[in-house]
Amino acid sequence: MADIYSNADALSRQEQKRDSLYQNRVKVYPKKVQGTFRRLKWIVLTVLLAIYYIAPWLRWDRGPGAPDQAFLIDMPARRAYFLWIEIWPQEVYYLTGLLLLGAVGLFFVTSLFGRVWCGYSCPQTVWTDLFMWVERLIEGDRNQRMRLDKGPRTWSKTSKKFAKHGIWIVIAALTGGAWIMYFNDAPTVLVNLLTGQASVKVYGFFALFTATTYLLAGWAREQVCVYMCPWPRFQAAMFDEDTMVVTYEGWRGEPRGKHKKGEPWEGRGHCVDCKQCVAACPTGIDIRDGVQLECIGCALCIDACNDIMAKLDLPKGLISYDTERNVANRAKGAPLRYHLIRPRTIVYSALLVAVAAFMAWSLATRAQVDVNVLHDRNPLFVTLADGSIRNGYTIKILNMTRDEKVYKLGFDGLGYAEMTVVGQEDSASQDIARLTARSDSVATYRVFVVVPADLVQGQVQDFSFVLTELETGETVRHETVFRGP
Amino acid sequence: MPTKIEKDAVSGQDTTGHEWDGIKELNNPLPKWWLYVLWATVIWAFAYYFWSSPIPGVEGFQEPARERLAGEMEAARAEQSVFLEKIAAAQLQEIRDDPDLLNFAIAGGGSAFADNCAPCHGQGGAGGPGFPTLADDAWIWGGTLEDIHQTVLHGIRSDDPDTRLSEMVPFGDGLLDHAQVSDVAEYVLSLSGEATDRQAVERGKALFEENCVACHADGGVGDASLGAPALNDAVWLYGGTKTDIESQTWDPKHGVMPAWVDRLDGTTIKMLTVYVHTLGGGQ
Repeated sequence: MADIYSNADALSRQEQKRDSLYQNRVKVYPKKVQGTFRRLKWIVLTVLLAIYYIAPWLRWDRGPGAPDQAFLIDMPARRAYFLWIEIWPQEVYYLTGLLLLGAVGLFFVTSLFGRVWCGYSCPQTVWTDLFMWVERLIEGDRNQRMRLDKGPRTWSKTSKKFAKHGIWIVIAALTGGAWIMYFNDAPTVLVNLLTGQASVKVYGFFALFTATTYLLAGWAREQVCVYMCPWPRFQAAMFDEDTMVVTYEGWRGEPRGKHKKGEPWEGRGHCVDCKQCVAACPTGIDIRDGVQLECIGCALCIDACNDIMAKLDLPKGLISYDTERNVANRAKGAPLRYHLIRPRTIVYSALLVAVAAFMAWSLATRAQVDVNVLHDRNPLFVTLADGSIRNGYTIKILNMTRDEKVYKLGFDGLGYAEMTVVGQEDSASQDIARLTARSDSVATYRVFVVVPADLVQGQVQDFSFVLTELETGETVRHETVFRGP
Repeated sequence: MPTKIEKDAVSGQDTTGHEWDGIKELNNPLPKWWLYVLWATVIWAFAYYFWSSPIPGVEGFQEPARERLAGEMEAARAEQSVFLEKIAAAQLQEIRDDPDLLNFAIAGGGSAFADNCAPCHGQGGAGGPGFPTLADDAWIWGGTLEDIHQTVLHGIRSDDPDTRLSEMVPFGDGLLDHAQVSDVAEYVLSLSGEATDRQAVERGKALFEENCVACHADGGVGDASLGAPALNDAVWLYGGTKTDIESQTWDPKHGVMPAWVDRLDGTTIKMLTVYVHTLGGGQ
């Protein structure tokens, strides 16, 4: 990196005063662009937005009494549904796993192709792109928009602005509405929203996400990338000399300058300083300055420049996806070397595969039923009238399936003891009781175990409760203790 | 004060003029919208402060927290009213038999127990010296639902007109001498198989039949209608050593159980009754 302080000169006191601490925002008017990467961006935008808006409407039958929405996070009931997967609150670590996957995936993709997340798939980019398209539709392309903004306030101008903001608010409302549909049943909440029956909470969040979409995509735009988002500031750490980033081929373009038709190309670069790359850039920067924080890697400057190169009968690729290593190679005329598979990318992809595999395995093998045994803490044990010792336990059966389950409760490792379940005192057998756990809920049972005085072995004795599911014969054991005086 | 502002060649920006161990920082101007947002948050902070009525005595616009809490408690009770009404209308045994009512009563009774009963009877009814263990199956006044209900409502030796009373005769007041009390204590120990002195047991047996059987019944099985504890079991209110038994015979202690009929509502007392009954020793 060039030493940025090598040309420093100290300023005089007067000069120090002139710069303000705050600056006005420079409005960016991106120009319309056509080309490979613009087409790719449209495809990615369409696919992602389609997923976002349509997913809440997909249905998935889970039986009576259960929500039939394919993707639903039911906060009041503390459940999350993703197709056939149902997540209980204590399994929230799957969310951690998803975030981990997201992070590693992002690092992996960025090490390969630079800021493709920022330029193609980030929600801020996608919605800003959509809003800019609406703006171009109503107010015209770059030059027309600039003239409109500079010009006087006419009816035409006001009505255009009105229409643009109106459409923006409609899109924002659809976006906010779709968001809350991930947390409520979509058809129901839509009807409620429109008939004024939705709760204050629902209206509140709807308003919040509409407002934030409108503000962020309509007004903030590139300010988010430059000032608010942390990602640009450490994405650079993901790059190395083999990452394919949007690059201006300076060795070919410099020295730049205006070109008249018919003039030779010897002794000068191919860059004709048309500034189309700057005009096309949604963050308003000049890619010829090099890799910078504000460049979101959307590659629209590539399309813009290629257009101009085609008109000048020059080969494409004055700006292109290229690696630092190969820019140097091209400049020297040396053979190009691509190292997409290298230690960094191998490690990232291995991590990705490992986390994904672990999560899949964990999801596939997770227990559908969980048993918790809580030994009473107060009192630890009770001396009964005949001198025998009684311990109390609270057994909770978490039935995470859709069917009701019945279990036989027994115990093992205690020798002779009597067990009773509160609520089933008149059940016939001595040490076996039947516990029912309703579907998708937690069943709580109080259990007493009594050991005759002379059979109590010391202050603490280990033993296990054994639950056997009646239908499948599956057993679950839970170790606990029996306490005595 | 900034000592040496320099201009960076690449970005054209000034540095802050400070240097920290060789590190200098560019002084990029902040966007004005950032500043406006900051001012907006300051204004909002003031507005919210006064809206949320935090100054005692000065009414804001938001409902004070105390009133909000009262409202939420009301709403919670209203939600529970389905169960509360059923419990108020049902008989104790009906509550005990219905699994849903039972669960609610155990939860409600448990929480009331922790507030009102646990200070004396211990958490979970563990008891202590002088405070009966409610979790065991030894009952001074009976362990059926009705008995427990009566005890909770009117107490033992309390101020309530319907309270239950029992009095252990102070035998040290000239009725028996120390040797006799020692023998009786030995006999009482023999009832639960803890005696060591056979002759003392025989002497004590005669004394017991003269003085104690009237309340404590033959063989010391106790009489719940009189509130006379069973002496032949492993549960002792004031201790089960010979000294403890002698002490309680010579100069007996009498505990007081308060009456709750005027202090808690009927439904809560029903739930408490069911809760105590399910602690493990209910009859």
